Amino acid sequence: MDKVLFGAMPYVLIFTAIVGAIWRFKSNAYTWSSQSSQFLENKTLFFGSFPWHYGIITILLGHIFGIFFPSAILAWNGAPVRLYILELTALSCGFLALFGLLALIYRRLTNSRVKALTSSWDVLILIVLLIQVVTGVLNATMYRWGSNWYAGAAVPWIWSILKLNPNVDYVATLPLITKVHIFNALIFIGFIPFSRLAHFVVLNPYKYLVRPYQVVRWYKRTPQTENIVQYK
Amino acid sequence: MDIRAQLSMSFHMDKCIGCHTCSVSCKNVWTSRRGAEYMWWNNVETKPGAGYPLTWEDQERYRGGWEVSGGSLRLKLLKGPGKIRTLANIFFQPNLPTVDDYYEPFTYDYQNLFNAPAGDDQPTARPKSLITGEFMEKIVLGPNWDDDMAGSPLYAANDPNLKGLSESQKEMLTKFHKLFFFYLPRICNHCLNPACVASCPSGAIYKRGEDGIVLIDQDTCRAWRFCVSACPYKKPYYNWANGKSEKCIFCYPRTETGQPNACAHACTGRIRFVGALLYDADRIEDVAKTPDDRLVEAMREIVLDPNDPRVIEEARKAGIDENWLRAAQQSPAYNLFKKWRIAMPNHPEFRTVPMNFYIPPLSPILHNAKAENGGTFDPESTEFFNEIDKMRIPVRFLANMLSAGNEQVVLESLKKQMAVRIYIRQKRVGDIGDSKAKSVLSSVGLTPQDAEDIYRLTSLGTFQERFVIPETHREHMTTVDPRTMYEKRGSVGFGPKKKEFLGRTW
Repeated sequence: MDKVLFGAMPYVLIFTAIVGAIWRFKSNAYTWSSQSSQFLENKTLFFGSFPWHYGIITILLGHIFGIFFPSAILAWNGAPVRLYILELTALSCGFLALFGLLALIYRRLTNSRVKALTSSWDVLILIVLLIQVVTGVLNATMYRWGSNWYAGAAVPWIWSILKLNPNVDYVATLPLITKVHIFNALIFIGFIPFSRLAHFVVLNPYKYLVRPYQVVRWYKRTPQTENIVQYK
Repeated sequence: MDIRAQLSMSFHMDKCIGCHTCSVSCKNVWTSRRGAEYMWWNNVETKPGAGYPLTWEDQERYRGGWEVSGGSLRLKLLKGPGKIRTLANIFFQPNLPTVDDYYEPFTYDYQNLFNAPAGDDQPTARPKSLITGEFMEKIVLGPNWDDDMAGSPLYAANDPNLKGLSESQKEMLTKFHKLFFFYLPRICNHCLNPACVASCPSGAIYKRGEDGIVLIDQDTCRAWRFCVSACPYKKPYYNWANGKSEKCIFCYPRTETGQPNACAHACTGRIRFVGALLYDADRIEDVAKTPDDRLVEAMREIVLDPNDPRVIEEARKAGIDENWLRAAQQSPAYNLFKKWRIAMPNHPEFRTVPMNFYIPPLSPILHNAKAENGGTFDPESTEFFNEIDKMRIPVRFLANMLSAGNEQVVLESLKKQMAVRIYIRQKRVGDIGDSKAKSVLSSVGLTPQDAEDIYRLTSLGTFQERFVIPETHREHMTTVDPRTMYEKRGSVGFGPKKKEFLGRTW
């Protein structure tokens, strides 16, 4: 069972994500959108969207940092004070994200305008995200210290997956909640291209910081010198 | 010098009767779809009035447009940390208008008129929200909610242009004998320094190099909605159903083939003029940074004389086609804005360098203009000229709206229009005296030929005179971008490409 869930499924879902994203982008980039509903309701959204995004992005960056520099995390955690700082920061971000997510779910359930626009994908995503954040917070509170064994057990497993040599042993002995957390993360990745989660993979906004204010597209002149957006 | 061409629309406000034919033709062609019902790429507002969306001119609230800060030009939206603020606010925008600032789109439950069971009461068609599909208790806002001031000064009093008016001038809102209003038709200004383009984190909005039309590449748009907040005219709209922004596309599929825009073509009052301008793109930033009182003048300077041989030579070097040069030479936009100086931009102080121009309306002279001297008002008076500041619409109000507060710019236009009337009256009726009519003209800097031309264009202008639209050379375009128009749908400002897959439209 573990072999299927943590040995084979990662490939299936990552493959789905990559192929799905390319397929959707090539076939219909028009639908690639964050589907913002702030235009319809912006009071509850403030209490949902801000904490949710800031909380979850910090945590996500922490996870990604851990993948690449697990030894740095272990070294940092060498002193108890630093360990507490890291764990407390992560946990508070987790609660921030959880609070935001609950506000967003409440908004989606109660506001009739937002409800009218809610697709089944949206419901599915909210469930996946809720499971992810709740199991994450439970991991952090029940099985201390998460940052240590994340670097010690989960990261090697991730690398074994990425190196195409899956080693399920790393995660096989983890508690159920942690396993749910990991598998749910894979589901999340698999869902990205098919839902509004797609906005999660846009790289455009970062270009904004370096590009000039104005964008002009010419049809006649050569695109290399004049266009910001190049045609295929 | 970097010469570029720009399509520009001008509006003769005196002739606008507020019939909304323009808005309806635009709606029928472009925005009669789910998610776009509330959008009016072209709308006509009553001034004074709150406008659409409500108080869009109030940039304290919406923070649209640009400001000069420390000698450089900066989006008002980006106060403080600058562009980083865009990314920080990407999850929730504090200055974004919501649908309630426009209006909740609605229809009526007409079926009930047919299907209601027999009863004692007349069946009614209750309003139904087009967003939720639920019945609405009450319609609280709609397109042109305060049309013709809606019978009360309640909405008009919110007009941001009223600032700086004296209490007695504000009486035009409430005192019937002073009451006056006029119409402001609005489309996207296709600015030279567009704030929507500058604010888009995705880089999805662009200005077309060949004709200056500002479009949204909806394949690249990710619904961050900064264009809506940053545009001081609130002309990009967010399609709440599709999650993409949309805006007026200047009917480019029509203008590219030399046809006027749907709104301009449909205008019953023939108030609209469309033509090409040549401008120097190197100077855009300087113009946008000009202090308020010289803004209109600076905008007139950036527009180049299409008959100047040096300009023509430079334009050819810049690759502007011959038919565009010819069109620029006959352009009504150039004549109204720069040659005769009777048209002016809407809210130049937003510093986007808008490219649509308005001829301010003349209005009746207040009754008490003469009455306060003990006499009665004499409509035959040729002294109109001296009474121009007694017109019902305060010059201050027009200046707030059309010239960044510079009353001289508005007065010049009003006087010129009046001089043309006096000149033509002398020609047709002959009760003013030839020398007097001519001296009135020269006092405002017009020649008799100018007066004839202004009269011709604004009163009798034919289709070909009002719309001088050069065709676009699409044959050049295919060398760079081989896709057909159908394949490009979605990246040129309108229309999703619908795909059916697994029984769902993606």
